Amino acid sequence: MNSSTLIFVILFLALFSYWFGIQRSVKMAGGITKVKYLASLPRQYGLLTALWCGLPALIVLFIWSAFESSVLESLLIGVLPAEIQALPSAELGLYLNDIKIIAAEPILDLSSQNEALEKYQAANYLQNITANAAWLKSALIVVVALTSVGFIISRFSTEFGARVKLENIVRVVLMACSGIAVLTTLGIILSVLFESIQFFSAVPPWEFLFGTEWSPQTAMRTDQVAGSGAFGAIPLFAGTLLITAIAMVFSVPVGLMTAIYLSQYASPRLRSIAKPMLEILAGVPTVVYGFFAALTVAPFIRDTGDLMGLSVASESALAAGIVMGIMIIPFVSSLSDDAINAVPKALKEGSLGMGATLSETIKLVLLPAAIPGIVGAILLAVSRAIGETMIVVMAAGMAANLTANPLESVTTVTVQIVTLLTGDQEFDSPKTLAAFALGLMLFVTTLALNVFALKVVRKYREQYD
Amino acid sequence: MTDKNPADSNLAEQLSTTEKVALSLRKRHRKEKRFQWAGLMAVGLGFLLVVILISDIVLKARPAFHQHWVKLEVEFRQDWLGVTSSDLAELKKANYRSVLRRSLYGMFPDVKGRRDKRSLFKMISTNAEFTIKQYLLDTPTKLGKTAEVWVRFDDDIDSYLKDDYTPGEAGPRVSKQQAQWLQQFLNKEIVDKRWNSEFFTSGDSREPELAGVRGALTGTLLTMLVTLLLSFPLGVAAAIYLEEFAPKNRWTDIIEVNINNLAAVPSIIFGLLGLAVIINIFGLPRSAPLVGGIVLTLMTLPTIIIASRASIKAVPPSIREAALGLGASKMQTAFGHVLPMAMPGILTGTIIGMAQALGETAPLLMIGMVAFIVDVPAGVTDAATVLPVQIYLWADSPERAFLAKTSAAILVLLSFLLIMNSVAAILRKKFEKN
Amino acid sequence: MIDLSSSESLVSDDIDLSKTVGEIYADDAKMSMRNVNVFYDEKQAIDNVSLDLARNQVTALIGPSGCGKSTFLRCLNRMNDTIPICRVEGDLRLEDEDIYAKKLDPVLLRARVGMVFQKPNPFPKSIYDNVAYGPKIHGLATNKAELDEIVVSSLQRAGLFNEVKDRLDAPGTGLSGGQQQRLCIARTIAVSPEVILMDEPASALDPIATAVIEELIDELREKYTIAIVTHSMQQAARVSQTTAYFHMGKLVEMGKTEQIFTNPVHELTENYITGRFG
Repeated sequence: MNSSTLIFVILFLALFSYWFGIQRSVKMAGGITKVKYLASLPRQYGLLTALWCGLPALIVLFIWSAFESSVLESLLIGVLPAEIQALPSAELGLYLNDIKIIAAEPILDLSSQNEALEKYQAANYLQNITANAAWLKSALIVVVALTSVGFIISRFSTEFGARVKLENIVRVVLMACSGIAVLTTLGIILSVLFESIQFFSAVPPWEFLFGTEWSPQTAMRTDQVAGSGAFGAIPLFAGTLLITAIAMVFSVPVGLMTAIYLSQYASPRLRSIAKPMLEILAGVPTVVYGFFAALTVAPFIRDTGDLMGLSVASESALAAGIVMGIMIIPFVSSLSDDAINAVPKALKEGSLGMGATLSETIKLVLLPAAIPGIVGAILLAVSRAIGETMIVVMAAGMAANLTANPLESVTTVTVQIVTLLTGDQEFDSPKTLAAFALGLMLFVTTLALNVFALKVVRKYREQYD
Repeated sequence: MTDKNPADSNLAEQLSTTEKVALSLRKRHRKEKRFQWAGLMAVGLGFLLVVILISDIVLKARPAFHQHWVKLEVEFRQDWLGVTSSDLAELKKANYRSVLRRSLYGMFPDVKGRRDKRSLFKMISTNAEFTIKQYLLDTPTKLGKTAEVWVRFDDDIDSYLKDDYTPGEAGPRVSKQQAQWLQQFLNKEIVDKRWNSEFFTSGDSREPELAGVRGALTGTLLTMLVTLLLSFPLGVAAAIYLEEFAPKNRWTDIIEVNINNLAAVPSIIFGLLGLAVIINIFGLPRSAPLVGGIVLTLMTLPTIIIASRASIKAVPPSIREAALGLGASKMQTAFGHVLPMAMPGILTGTIIGMAQALGETAPLLMIGMVAFIVDVPAGVTDAATVLPVQIYLWADSPERAFLAKTSAAILVLLSFLLIMNSVAAILRKKFEKN
Repeated sequence: MIDLSSSESLVSDDIDLSKTVGEIYADDAKMSMRNVNVFYDEKQAIDNVSLDLARNQVTALIGPSGCGKSTFLRCLNRMNDTIPICRVEGDLRLEDEDIYAKKLDPVLLRARVGMVFQKPNPFPKSIYDNVAYGPKIHGLATNKAELDEIVVSSLQRAGLFNEVKDRLDAPGTGLSGGQQQRLCIARTIAVSPEVILMDEPASALDPIATAVIEELIDELREKYTIAIVTHSMQQAARVSQTTAYFHMGKLVEMGKTEQIFTNPVHELTENYITGRFG
């Protein structure tokens, strides 16, 4: 049985346990009329039984699934000839992969080569242990489910507080669910950190952080020393910053002015149609913006540049930056709107009451008062721009140019992560690991920006509360 | 102003104040107008951008919904097919390319020379041989006879007819010679422009005239299903715990800070997590909707939790007090009374989270959902791609016809998003009324 | 305080609200308002009110909450313009000039008719910049020295200078509540207005700060015409020369403060003064 079938089996068993628990509790009370003498409702006995049936079984299934493949793999390696076991991990991985493919699809051509035969035998073995493991797993899960049902049923009595027990379990389950966020963060940190440490053992961190040449492809040659200067990430950081800067130059004034106009000047009617407009801009998937940038804006900018006698790269930083700016407008606008609205109305009235015009009031009182909130908004927007992937993947370049010219092509951290990790890959090559090191940089930067921005915003809110 | 009160010693100064203010007024009002105008421009720019974005995509997408077909007179000669009888098994293996080629050359007897012939044959879609094969398998009686069969043009010819048609003149990727042959087809009135329903019913293909979104749509559907099944119960459970049960302590604080920060982590990082943990450690299959769904769940969970918490918080405390006062336990109150009242808000948040997940691309590239997959996936562990990734792949393809396909796929994606957001908006409105 | 619906029941049917009793005209009026009606959408907030603000006097507007006294005050420098649903009708004049005339600029009007609000609302700027705000935007000072002089004299007139002269660069929001309110008064008089409108200026302050403000108001009367909305009858009695009693959007009675508080003519005024409701 595969995992999804097993889940259904567990669900079915749990349903059965529910019914069984109800029956037992009614019987224990001495008939349906005497149910009121029980400590809890029959339904609660049923639910408790169902949980006792389902939860341990699911936990076992989860743990089993998590470790099954690695256990099977080590078993498989154990039966392989010694010279294959001695292969370097990358080649061994390829070898194992072949075996797995054969095992999954046993239509193989036995081209009488020894190697193929060996693989075939290994695949056969793998099929056997996989099948055995599947049986063992199914049996174990059913046994676990039934045993725990038996255990809980045996404890039933008229004084047995099923409701309290049930609620305790549910509370623990709820808590576990809320802990997933922490697990996710932990998972991100550990996975990114672990691979990065591996990377930094091959490429010194200062070379990565301060090197000005980025060409990971060259490091793909066999037995090249990885620390040959091909992993200097400065051009990527510079490219990311350039595109982010262009995006901010475009989106901050437009977003801020939009927020000001909509909150201070616009009629309710205009506001009611401008809000969906901003929602559309915010809701358009980034891949669509990427398409727009690559196939409409970039050619337009290039042609315009040609007309003016400028040489513009067809994947110019300007195109990606402007479109990223468009994407960020609603973000800046809604956060600035919050910041401006948090300024007490009394300040606005105080200024207007002295004869200031509305624009003077906005420029001299509202905006200075809202500045911390707006700065927070801009920081969040910067973090968003830095982490944005699809627009730059589709519209920015691949070549790591170190330039500040927006008409040239640059590449970014996210573009390189995607480039390094899509397509076939060996997991342990410095090329792949470099992607995780870049990921670490990205995660740390955006996290720091967010934490700082949220702090600024919160402090600012408290000021007027 | 008349001076009625001699005690008003301030008058001279006041007059000058008023005058000074009056003097500054014109300039200040001009500034005010300018400022207001700048604001209006910013809002206007927003509208303009939406209009440009949408119309650009719609205009580019239009050609994708139609396709040009041509009616060929196909001679199903047995010697060309290389068959001896109308036995189905034999017909399935027959050489239809040869039939197609020779029939086509038959229509243009004056085309001589290998190069010209190849050029002529290239005008027809590579799929045409399967079209005539299907035709013969459906009507085996035509064996040995001549039949009129509609087949697709190649995508270059199709694009030329849609965008650059000038009778007998060469176009992009269409030679003058081909254009003249095309003119002969047109003169015979055997060219037809048809609604391209296959765009919705077929999977991906290297040939733009055959590519469709069904595979990607199915992949999206499966991925979204996994995401919904995981993120909704997990998100609601987490929200209930944090709002109704969590004690105010360090652990709760850590969870809250985590949720807020996760909401702002770049999506690509979740892809790295999926690759390093879910695929490489847990060993789930690459490119599978199951993995995609798990990654998107982790990504959307913060959105759903935050929205659900806000909605649960909005339930008036009197409801809880009333339920608790009647002897319900805290758990019964939370699930029996608070949760149902918070449901519309939770659903709204879930739909918004799902809409985000629906448009997400970057993390799915990381877990290998970027492969070229022709088959429509049948389960959550099959290799699949999703609509946004399909858009990315097509946008990268050099063939011009893929431009229209990409735009059309974007329209499909946008209409899904529009539907989801409208449902969320309606729900929210209903919720606000209550 | 009793809410409006129940105070209604205290008004016996035979009480006449259609006409204001007492003296609404001043010999030397700085501002004169005639037949003022104010609507919020369809709801009428001020019903046919006429009164004068006498030059260099303090006029107190009193009445139960919701009676429209604040709304009326806000009409006098067109602060109600900032509320889109608010509509003002009637004839309102500052020195014979129609302040609701089309060609009149509310910016100029508000420079001449300043306003002090219920809650002290200093801008999040330094004390100096708070006071200099008005002169700067209106272009009243041509150089730094002039501006300094305006700031110092305004702070002096508001009785705040001695307390803050060493920390003019400190933020205005760091002052105590009473000081903040005096800073707002200094900010208002820095523009040299002719009229100062005060909307319950002491309601958010403690008794000692209130006493300081009241004293200040009395001093300011020499230079400015003042209208003050207050819910405290004692305050009205202490600071004003003329008192107007509002009830449910109507001006019920107006006259010399002394007379209103010792010998009110209208039954409603008497009820309010004697604390029967309000």
